[in-house]
Amino acid sequence: MKHFLEGSFAVAEIVKLCKPGVISAYPITPQTHIVEELAQMVADGELDSQFVNVESEHSAASVVLGAVATGVRAYTATSSQGLLYMGEVLFNIAGLRLPVILTCANRAVSAPINIWNDHQDSVSMRDTGWIQLFAEDNQEVVDLHLMAYKLGEDKSMMLPVMVCMDGFILTHGIETVDIPTQEQVDKFLPPYSPLYKLDPANPLTLGPLVDPDAYMETRYAIQETLKDALKLIPQITADFAKIFGRHYNGLIEEYKLKDAERVIVAMGSVCGTIKDVVDELRAKGKKVGLLKITSYRPFPEQEIYEALKNVSKVGVLDRALSLGSYAPLAGEMKAVFFGKKKKPQIISSFVAGLGGRDITKNSIKEIFRLLTTKEKACEFIDLKPELLKEKYE
Amino acid sequence: MFGPLVVKPGSSRKNKTGSWRTELTPKFLKKNCTGCKLCMSVCPEGCIIEGSEKNQLACDYEYCKGCGACAVVCPKGDIIMVKESKEEAK
Repeated sequence: MKHFLEGSFAVAEIVKLCKPGVISAYPITPQTHIVEELAQMVADGELDSQFVNVESEHSAASVVLGAVATGVRAYTATSSQGLLYMGEVLFNIAGLRLPVILTCANRAVSAPINIWNDHQDSVSMRDTGWIQLFAEDNQEVVDLHLMAYKLGEDKSMMLPVMVCMDGFILTHGIETVDIPTQEQVDKFLPPYSPLYKLDPANPLTLGPLVDPDAYMETRYAIQETLKDALKLIPQITADFAKIFGRHYNGLIEEYKLKDAERVIVAMGSVCGTIKDVVDELRAKGKKVGLLKITSYRPFPEQEIYEALKNVSKVGVLDRALSLGSYAPLAGEMKAVFFGKKKKPQIISSFVAGLGGRDITKNSIKEIFRLLTTKEKACEFIDLKPELLKEKYE
Repeated sequence: MFGPLVVKPGSSRKNKTGSWRTELTPKFLKKNCTGCKLCMSVCPEGCIIEGSEKNQLACDYEYCKGCGACAVVCPKGDIIMVKESKEEAK
């Protein structure tokens, strides 16, 4: 049924329908409304779940780790500093192959402190072994949560999934969202059935010391499993479409790429703005397009190659940095095409929207304008040079 | 695909950790042993094999780490530490 809902409440609604046995979270802007709403649902008896209040994100992540280790479906959500504070536990959750589902309300990272949107938090956690899916709008946010549980809990995966939604833009944006019924969700998502669990009746040690004889194999296993996820994700989106009628690729989305000469590659809500600009420029006869990356981890290298091999000018829009090097997504895009015969003439790198600076239609048009034969490296869009004249001597 | 992440009970016995032993190995001379079992009480690995009478206590080298506590505590000096290569106790 369609509801006119704030993004955070839409997340709470879909999480409720997934019936996690344990929820644990620590409030942080802009994630707060999600877990407030879930806490209310539990308090009102609408959701039969144990809501564990904790003193920090490190503890919240540890609680959901423990919950899934005992064979229970679990959920947590966080943002920015909170995600970084979970960092150590995030590695453990993936390393122990526990399919925790986490919503990251994407927000900039301190210092200076800033509560607004960019992707630095989840991008900084890209090497943890978590699957990371980026949503464009709140319908996709809802649908990705449902698919995240199905994907992570698949017996061949057993990996945690982070659903990334832009802070404020999506978490506090109010949109019409189709929330499925409990029957539909139950048909799509079976109860969680672990491969192993902590159980006093059948004792085992989960996560013992693994010495040099066997550690590499545990890491190799995750690497290979994430490659398999690239095959499983399209199967799950196809199953999803059968029940819910909405079609996703799940890895990438190609928007008007067929004859495109200039294409922007981006993740998250900015893709909506880019689509509008693409439509406007197409109406004027410009051959432009968008490649949206939904699955940042695993990185769909082959699909990206196929989508962009005939495009001459590619601009990669990053909302995060790897300070001192290429912007994160741009570096990986270049890696996709290195050594290939068919490849873009240029792959330019643009950084925009850090710390919540609006990426307007004009920002996107500027990027398309700068997509010339001259390759740009880490070009900051909408930068204010007048603010760089501070002197502290 | 999965790597080794889960261990069932009994792994301390299954894993023959004697391979970690230092170059020194306790040798039970079995000459002046009184059967006081002080060596058993101090062994951090619990790998002294109990005998019911004197001169019957022995070391289980599949788990012994060669710490030497048994040799130090033996009131009769009946346990000595020897270099692994010269060790004849096995």
